[in-house]
Amino acid sequence: MAEHGAVLLEARGIDKSFFNVKVLDGVDLTLRTGEIHALLGENGAGKSTLVKILTGAYRRDAGTLRLAGEEIEPLSVAEAQALSIGTVYQEVNLLDNLTVAENLYLGRQPLRFGMVDRRRMRADARALLARYGLDVDPDETLSAYSVAIRQVIAIARAVDLSGRVLFLDEPTASLDAREVEMVFSILRRLRAEGLSIVIITHFLDQVYAIADRITVLRNGRMVGSAAIADLPRRDLVSLMLGRELEAETHRRPVEVAVDDGPAAFRFRNFGRRGSVRPFDMDIRHGEVIGIAGLLGSGRSETAFLLFGIDKADSGTVEIDGKPVTLSSPVDAISHGFGFCPEERKTDGIVADLSVRENIVLALQARRGWARPIGYRESLALAEHYIKALDIRPPDPERPIKFLSGGNQQKAILARWLATDPRLLILDEPTRGIDIGAHAEIIRLIEKLREEGVALVVISSEIEELVAYASRVVVLSDRTHLRELTGDEINAATIVNAMAMAAGEAA
Amino acid sequence: MIRNRNLPFAATVLVFAGIYLLCVLQFPTMLSFRVAGNLLTDNAFLGVAAVGMTFVILSGGIDLSIGAVIAFTSVFVAVLVRAGVHPAVAFALALTLSTAFGAVMGMTIHYLAMPAFVVTLAGMFLARGAAFLITTDSVPISHEFLDMLKSLYIQLPGKGRLTFIGMVMLATFVIGMVLAHRTRFGANVYALGGSQQSSELMGVPAAATTVRLYALSGFLAGLAGLVYTLYTSAGYSLATVGVELDAIAAVVVGGTLLSGGSGLVLGTLFGVFIQGLIQTYIVFDGSLSSWWTKIAIGILLFVFIVLQRATLLLPRRSGKAVAFTPIPRGG
Repeated sequence: MAEHGAVLLEARGIDKSFFNVKVLDGVDLTLRTGEIHALLGENGAGKSTLVKILTGAYRRDAGTLRLAGEEIEPLSVAEAQALSIGTVYQEVNLLDNLTVAENLYLGRQPLRFGMVDRRRMRADARALLARYGLDVDPDETLSAYSVAIRQVIAIARAVDLSGRVLFLDEPTASLDAREVEMVFSILRRLRAEGLSIVIITHFLDQVYAIADRITVLRNGRMVGSAAIADLPRRDLVSLMLGRELEAETHRRPVEVAVDDGPAAFRFRNFGRRGSVRPFDMDIRHGEVIGIAGLLGSGRSETAFLLFGIDKADSGTVEIDGKPVTLSSPVDAISHGFGFCPEERKTDGIVADLSVRENIVLALQARRGWARPIGYRESLALAEHYIKALDIRPPDPERPIKFLSGGNQQKAILARWLATDPRLLILDEPTRGIDIGAHAEIIRLIEKLREEGVALVVISSEIEELVAYASRVVVLSDRTHLRELTGDEINAATIVNAMAMAAGEAA
Repeated sequence: MIRNRNLPFAATVLVFAGIYLLCVLQFPTMLSFRVAGNLLTDNAFLGVAAVGMTFVILSGGIDLSIGAVIAFTSVFVAVLVRAGVHPAVAFALALTLSTAFGAVMGMTIHYLAMPAFVVTLAGMFLARGAAFLITTDSVPISHEFLDMLKSLYIQLPGKGRLTFIGMVMLATFVIGMVLAHRTRFGANVYALGGSQQSSELMGVPAAATTVRLYALSGFLAGLAGLVYTLYTSAGYSLATVGVELDAIAAVVVGGTLLSGGSGLVLGTLFGVFIQGLIQTYIVFDGSLSSWWTKIAIGILLFVFIVLQRATLLLPRRSGKAVAFTPIPRGG
């Protein structure tokens, strides 16, 4: 095996386009023997595309790949494996219904007289996993074990199949702290044995706990690559977000007058294990709570908790001073909550239904099936909101899938406005929509605030939050880290807070 | 200790033992080699076909064409033998045809990414229609070769007989068990039943496995057709309507997960026995309508589906405790 620190895998000038959209533009990656290399970037930065190219799942448009100096051209995952490059994909990598041993040796079972030699397979599996410090029963079904154990078994399989380079896509996404440490202790040992590991993760804490080097991608370009010691957390976050931290100081354009009375919605010690650490949140009528944080910081998870999609396992909710239960979206809707999810296409619109049907959906759900909304009434509602929100084209009967992203977003907003909500939760309301619609949605948020609706808005557009939020909650590593108010609400403070590790919170 | 995944099988064996016990308590003569031998003979064709169905269901699929293929094979063989073809040749032709038929269905399912339900439903109509096309009459046959096969039996104590077709069924189960549990093909079938996407990422040849799987089911349906021909000494295109559903019932009552990925071939044997036993009980009783078999099987199916749900939920509750010893860093 090559010396520790020698360059093992080298990618130079990798280009990749899908449908004429460039997703990777001249990306370089240098992986050394015996290092753990973190590959970071926000959504859509091109991390998974790069990994897929390096592991043979996609073909690159341009650039070179070298393994230990030799040019390579893996055309499939199997070919990459044969070249000693292995991958553990997120979630989908093993079969829960097979035994541990069968998972480890599927497709390469030891044979004896043409039959699978189960005894040897068991012994091999036991020996292999013992090297990882795991004492599991190779004959037990995989589903009997926790996600962390499965993850280790997947790593064991990938390393056994390949041997020199291991790609891990979000290996710790659903593990708790103790389990993360277990996986990390294994990765450290593999590193000591000379394996090179590339890890994709959204948890910055974990990056600093394990990685030797960091490469950051943004919008399909490599924007930085440095040893961990040379890249403090603040610099890393500014690299990922693509902005200088000190330079900007945005003045708050709007002062929001909010009454100081008791909050209408009071969440106390509200949280869920493995999702978001317990937090307190007060939301008053006529104010916008902005939620800022990097991907994976617990932004969407917070929204899911507030709307009852994920059931909180700690804490209480009070509405107008009365304790309520919030264990499902139905509860949330009955309390006057509304929620526009981030994944508009999959979680928001019902693609084949018309604009009108999409708009009346939530109102109908609230009324119950016994009191259907008649055609006339629903048409009137739809026409009202099409006009009020300027949904284009103004045709209530057009299937919503034919509308642009911005107009779909307005229709979903209309869906909740029709229920006359008291609290509206918006997750990335302006993502993926054109500039005109963008401005209209922001205007709408401001208008709703003035009308006394309480809003919680999650956005990765920091300027946007600065523009309309009365308070901004900053999340990091699934923790509600800081709440910014008044003059603190400016881009620099928000980004600085986002860069802080959970432990550093004062 | 019984592993979670084997709970349904254990339940199947328990149900079988329980029913047999009830039968024997009421009719002590049912505890005899004669009844046991007849159980094997009378259910031989169903058993053979159910082995194929087990593989298909384990992979997450379904084969609705089985009953029709059995009928087609029996008519096809009967007409050929009447026309003077030697039965052995007719058997070989019928098996080739049914295997190819299954393989084509497998290809359609895999390459056109069609649901197995629809493809094999079309196959069912095709095979049944083809059988009618040959003849709509019942075609009785006799041939010294067939008589020779029928005269092959092992004498059991107390006038019981293990007939040739009973032996064919048992042999099919033994070979099926080896294939399912001791070969890479078998492992691939279970893998597909777990998740096609994951198994392909792990290098399972989905296309080859799917085609072979349905070819196997076709071959075994053909073999079941031959067994049925020997059993009834005739070919009839209206025969064995709905046998595919009996086979599915046998597989599920035998403890195999209808959604695929979990189950044992041996369980299906007990599933077939349970159906046969209920029928035998009704014959012994004499006053019950034979439709009670269906009602009993319906209830059992329902119980087993509920049981499967329950065992599926079992391991989710808590991950199994695992000893993890951090290994010190070393080079």
